[in-house]
Amino acid sequence: MNPDKFLSDLSQIYPAERFLTQPAQLTPYESDALTAYRVRPLAVVLPVTQNEVIETVRLCGRYQIPFVARGSGTSLSGGSLPVEGGIVIALNRLDRILRIDPENRIAVVEAGVVNLDVSAAAQPYGLYYAPDPSSQPICTIGGNLAFNSGGAHCLKFGMTSNHVLGIKAVLPDGEVVQLGDESLEGIGPDLVGLFVGSEGLFGIALEVILRLMPKPEIFKTVLASYSSLEGAGNAVSQVVASGLLPGAMEMMDELAIQAAEAAVQANYPPGATALLIVEIDGEKNQVEEEFEQLMGVIESSGAQEIRVAQDDADRARIWKGRKSAFSAVGRLSPDYIVQDGVVPRSRLGETLAEIERLSKQYNVRVANVFHAGDGNLHPLILYDGREAGSLERAEEIAGDIIHICIQSEGSITGEHGVGMEKRAYLPQMFNEVEMNTMRQLYNVIDPQKISNRGKMFLDIDSIFLNNGGAIYDQ
Amino acid sequence: MINRKPASVSEVQAFVKEAPRIFSHGAGTKTALTVSVDGVTTLDMTLISGLQEYEPEEFTFTALAGTRIVDVNQALSQNGQYLPFDPPLVEHGATLGGTVAAGLSGPGRYRYGGVRDFLLGVSYVNSSGELVRGGGKVVKNAAGFDLAKLMIGSLGTLGVIVELTFKVFPAPELFSTLQLDFDTLVDALQALQQASVSHLDIDAIEMAPTESGFGVWIRIGGSAKTMPARIDRLYKMYNQGEILNGSDEEIIWQQLREFNWVPGGWSLIKLPMTHGRILALEGEVKRESMLRRYSCAGQIGWLAVKESPESIEPVIVKQGLYGLVILGSSERLRLGEYPSVSFYSRVKTALDPINRFVEV
Ligand SMILES: Cc1cc2nc3c(=O)[nH]c(=O)nc-3n(C[C@H](O)[C@H](O)[C@H](O)COP(=O)(O)OP(=O)(O)OC[C@H]3O[C@@H](n4cnc5c(N)ncnc54)[C@H](O)[C@@H]3O)c2cc1C
Repeated sequence: MNPDKFLSDLSQIYPAERFLTQPAQLTPYESDALTAYRVRPLAVVLPVTQNEVIETVRLCGRYQIPFVARGSGTSLSGGSLPVEGGIVIALNRLDRILRIDPENRIAVVEAGVVNLDVSAAAQPYGLYYAPDPSSQPICTIGGNLAFNSGGAHCLKFGMTSNHVLGIKAVLPDGEVVQLGDESLEGIGPDLVGLFVGSEGLFGIALEVILRLMPKPEIFKTVLASYSSLEGAGNAVSQVVASGLLPGAMEMMDELAIQAAEAAVQANYPPGATALLIVEIDGEKNQVEEEFEQLMGVIESSGAQEIRVAQDDADRARIWKGRKSAFSAVGRLSPDYIVQDGVVPRSRLGETLAEIERLSKQYNVRVANVFHAGDGNLHPLILYDGREAGSLERAEEIAGDIIHICIQSEGSITGEHGVGMEKRAYLPQMFNEVEMNTMRQLYNVIDPQKISNRGKMFLDIDSIFLNNGGAIYDQ
Repeated sequence: MINRKPASVSEVQAFVKEAPRIFSHGAGTKTALTVSVDGVTTLDMTLISGLQEYEPEEFTFTALAGTRIVDVNQALSQNGQYLPFDPPLVEHGATLGGTVAAGLSGPGRYRYGGVRDFLLGVSYVNSSGELVRGGGKVVKNAAGFDLAKLMIGSLGTLGVIVELTFKVFPAPELFSTLQLDFDTLVDALQALQQASVSHLDIDAIEMAPTESGFGVWIRIGGSAKTMPARIDRLYKMYNQGEILNGSDEEIIWQQLREFNWVPGGWSLIKLPMTHGRILALEGEVKRESMLRRYSCAGQIGWLAVKESPESIEPVIVKQGLYGLVILGSSERLRLGEYPSVSFYSRVKTALDPINRFVEV
């Protein structure tokens, strides 16, 4: 474990401009979108070929140097935070779209390809890649895969996991495996499904086979404002009860609306306390019929103002406000933490009321933007890192919100992952047997614990490293 | 051989703890996959049954593994909901657990996804007899490794599934099907392709050789009000074919879902594949005496054979495919070369280090 020797070997794989060790070069890689954490890596490498990644991982294995795969570093849970004494393998340049195959409706891409670029490449065939995290103009397929990322339009067609058919990956011990293939279905345990959402702990995805879908023929979008969050929440329940299956159902609260308005002039109704966006997509006749039904529900839901998107530009404006909400809220405050717990949809109303109460109690501002259709909250907890105790207060309220999600049999994370940030809460959602099952899986796939060590499991260092993994061999 | 029929989850745990080798099964509708092996304790899971929680407004339900899907479907349809992955062999008595363990979906999986896409959470008994929960009960959850996915297609080798949580959707009011006939395979494939990239919301696309050529069936679902216009539009895309409605329509899909087209005593093999590989495969299998169906616009092949399934393994291997025998019987159930074997064995080591659960 001699870092100098390691670094000198590593420098043999990369030309100087893709092998970064100078402090100024490393700074941009010290944290991800969870800016509260910073760690300086030993080095950052920028592979352009899959072989370079494989060689790098093997070298790390030989020297037992931890590595962290990084896509675009937009993780909100500290997933791509460097590990002390380890390196960052930055995959942004491993970004070839290898094949768009309209006949089989698949795209074969390298892991560093940006989400939206897949849809752009599929566009000429009338196809697109469905999962749409708000960060899709910059985040990578590798990052999406590691977190099973979602987006506003995941109600009907699911998250990343539902759109990944095959993965070529290099495991932490250097073995290269192919999981799944080009078919919609496989046989045997769903190993692709296990790899998706493994948060970089199972090694590095190199090449991914994605399912493409025909672009919906039309979209019809309505925006409704309410005088209370509860009112908007009730409207969501009514839409669901009416038997409709919208493509997206999103909510924003007052603070988020104001921020979005100030940032991108989305032209949202002034003075609204809550905003609901519902979109129906699909085949023209069916969408028109369903939209009529939807309007019936919305019109009798006590909305203050109802606006139907008149054209594509109008629709784009509505979504721009919603999708820029995170960065917009960033303008209200120097720092923020985003939570993404999930509650059963029927408990949205009471949960939001509870968050409001906590916000008052702690005297911390919380903006809410969320995927109402699937009960996935996104409270943005505002704080000022320069102010003593401010981060701690924010983390405390975040913890309280996570507890509400656990108590209502929801989840501590819907799409942002456990990362660094929710490690303490995973054992509250899963019991010791379940945690052990996950640790065993990690253990067989990464016996040396070098792949994104310290993420997801709070206790990995103490449990594995001090015992050489022996505790699990009993 | 010992046969056990546990009546409670704790009994499952107790049986697992006392038996060195375990094989579990549901109603036995996947006949080839329901084996009995010497020296192995068999757990019949059909008594571990019943809907535990169903909240229509959450689009989720939780049921014990031995619950028959017919019963689930009935509860769902009372609330205008359904299982969009279109589980097969339902009328034969298929259970939820057996369907998940076999990793099977029906022709309707084309639109929204397969059983893997609708399973949200599981509870299973591990090789130490402990109860393990994986996944969750809400429609969205990214916490920890997705253990629920591992149960899909696990064939009982990673644990005994005892409880499952699924996502459901509002059911279409009705369905309509366009039936097309083509003289040549190339034309039929072209028709599949045209449908699969079209902007029409299609529920299922099936293709099969017929006496005179090749048939293609395209199914759409939706509201009664819009259906006439929508099926007309589909018809105009081809300017031919026959529109089927009502029971004439339903029977086509029921046949496929229930595998009623497979003659008694024959074996059925599932082949994951792609549209692009049908041409080559058809070139090979035409000469053999077997029936074929291609599901999901050519993404899944179903081969029914009279002889032993192993006899056609060379054909499968030659095409670079691999398959699983679902119905009938076979010396070996897995045909061809499976990918990801080494990754699978790591997972097996982690979840069943003492190799208690038999690999069929
Ligand atoms: C403004 C904003 C909006 C966002 N909106 C959404 C949203 O709507 N929905 C949502 O789900 N998320 C959202 N996110 C979170 C984030 O964008 C996603 O988690 C995204 O998938 C991360 O992609 P990335 O390329 O930036 O990955 P990174 O942050 O670089 O990495 C994320 C994780 O993936 C691992 N990783 C990266 N590449 C690989 C690989 N090739 N193989 C294995 N592991 C790898 C890393 O080690 C890390 O653990 C948002 C973030 C921001 C900043």
